[in-house]
Amino acid sequence: MTALAQRAPVTAPAAQRAVMPTLRDDLRQIAAWIADGAHVLDLGCGDGVLMAYLRDSRSARVYGVEIADDSILQCVRRGLSVIQADLESGLRMFPDRMFDTVVLSQTLQAMRQTEAVLREMARVGRQGIVSFPNFGHWRHLVALLGGRMPVSPQMPYQWYDTPNVHLCTPRDFEILAGRLGLVITGRALLANGRPVNVLPGLRSKLAVYRFEPK
Amino acid sequence: MRFEEPLELASGARIADYELRYETYGSLNASRDNAVLICHALNASHHVAGRTADDPNGIGWWDNMVGPGRPVDTRRFFVIGVNNLGSCFGSTGPMSINPATGRPYGASFPVVTVEDWVNAQARLADCLGIGRFAAVMGGSLGAMQALSWTIQYPERIGHCVAIATTPRLSAQNIAFNDVARTAIRSDPDFHGGDYYAKGVVPRRGLRVARMIGHITYLSDDDMAEKFGRLLRTPDYEFGYEVEFEVESYLRHQGDKFSEYFDANTYLLITRALDYFDPARAYGGDLVQALAPAQAHFLLVSFTTDWRFSPARAREIVEALVMNGRQVVYAEIDAPHGHDAFLQDDERYHRLVAAYFDNIAAGLAR
Repeated sequence: MTALAQRAPVTAPAAQRAVMPTLRDDLRQIAAWIADGAHVLDLGCGDGVLMAYLRDSRSARVYGVEIADDSILQCVRRGLSVIQADLESGLRMFPDRMFDTVVLSQTLQAMRQTEAVLREMARVGRQGIVSFPNFGHWRHLVALLGGRMPVSPQMPYQWYDTPNVHLCTPRDFEILAGRLGLVITGRALLANGRPVNVLPGLRSKLAVYRFEPK
Repeated sequence: MRFEEPLELASGARIADYELRYETYGSLNASRDNAVLICHALNASHHVAGRTADDPNGIGWWDNMVGPGRPVDTRRFFVIGVNNLGSCFGSTGPMSINPATGRPYGASFPVVTVEDWVNAQARLADCLGIGRFAAVMGGSLGAMQALSWTIQYPERIGHCVAIATTPRLSAQNIAFNDVARTAIRSDPDFHGGDYYAKGVVPRRGLRVARMIGHITYLSDDDMAEKFGRLLRTPDYEFGYEVEFEVESYLRHQGDKFSEYFDANTYLLITRALDYFDPARAYGGDLVQALAPAQAHFLLVSFTTDWRFSPARAREIVEALVMNGRQVVYAEIDAPHGHDAFLQDDERYHRLVAAYFDNIAAGLAR
């Protein structure tokens, strides 16, 4: 047994790759922005589906940060590197520019310290990618016109029982990014997995942004 | 097992020949790659799991973790428990006869370090024909040995499973150890460590040492829950005998401990704890210290462990991430303080089980 042989396979065997799960729409867009072999940090990585995909089909070196016990267990079952921590308490354990890409998928809207986490992403990574539901989708506006808080597949919570404390629209995000000195290098406004080109602010359900520190 | 070849120690001293007591569970597979070494902490031994034939009450110290169907499943893994050098459960230690003098070593037994233990364990592995461990695992001081394995013998360890540990003791940790040692050394029955010949045991000192240690193993919440301010007496008695439940509990723990544990071993093991600091040789840089490591890591800490708090474990995680090592770190919200690593906790055990499932799957490939 040589030292080399001990290293865990960075890529999964071909057989395993063939049964790759289909990724959520925003995750597919995120994966498309991540280079092969990249060093990736996935914040709020959940059960590790994106991390496993990046490891197995992109040879990425991936670490996840997650708070929920059950999700940690799922990540362990997938053989992933995962660190149990609260994103709100910061990413102090990671030095500046440690990662090529830092991902925050469908979590930004649930963060209390929105600005702090974006700043930390820009510090720890060469680029950041966030995805979030578009609060400005026309169906949400219709719900509001009808006097109700919107509930939709991308925001499936009742107002009194939601983890989402900082919902926003793509335009809102762009303004905040500008204020934080983040340069947006990629934008995908999606509905049903496809980019929306006409009236994306109203018609897109999911927003995915890529940014770099100035 | 007896070793004739002298062991060079970190202190510069050497032990001419020595014995290591060990226990095994399960069986080594044909490719000899399913061995797991379990390292013990302060007061435990090679007897990790199951019951011994001669003592039906002697359940292994990590029996809830190791055994058939347990997280470290002995139907799949060949598990080795080894009693460390300097301990008092069968391996050569201060109680043993020094062949040079024909008398017990006592105070003359050399101070050993975590690194020395790992070297001795590696020799045991050689003798058992184990080139590489699938995993080395331990809690607390045991986890320090597992960490040290990844630095001293990086090519001989696949996975390091380190529970409730720290990269080095804090001043507070060392202070508690010093109080414990002072209690032992100031017991009139200690006789400078050579109490064996006098036919006495510094039991009072050992008892106090254990009482202090035990407080640091429990959390404030845990003690509040277990004892609160409960009295054993109907009311205050305005004296100094046992009145509170917690006093009774601690004294009982102290008494029990002083019956079976050796005072010199207590000094020696707490000193090994104090000295453990792999980053010391690198000006305190743990990243550099862990650079040789090739293993994959599972680290677990417990939220209420104030002895080796989660913040200390995170230092290790940080250094491992900096070195690009694969690492799983879990922070278990358990009420039992440092002792949680020995307790049944479903989340903790499920996680370790899942981790070992992966190790087993990796072997099968």
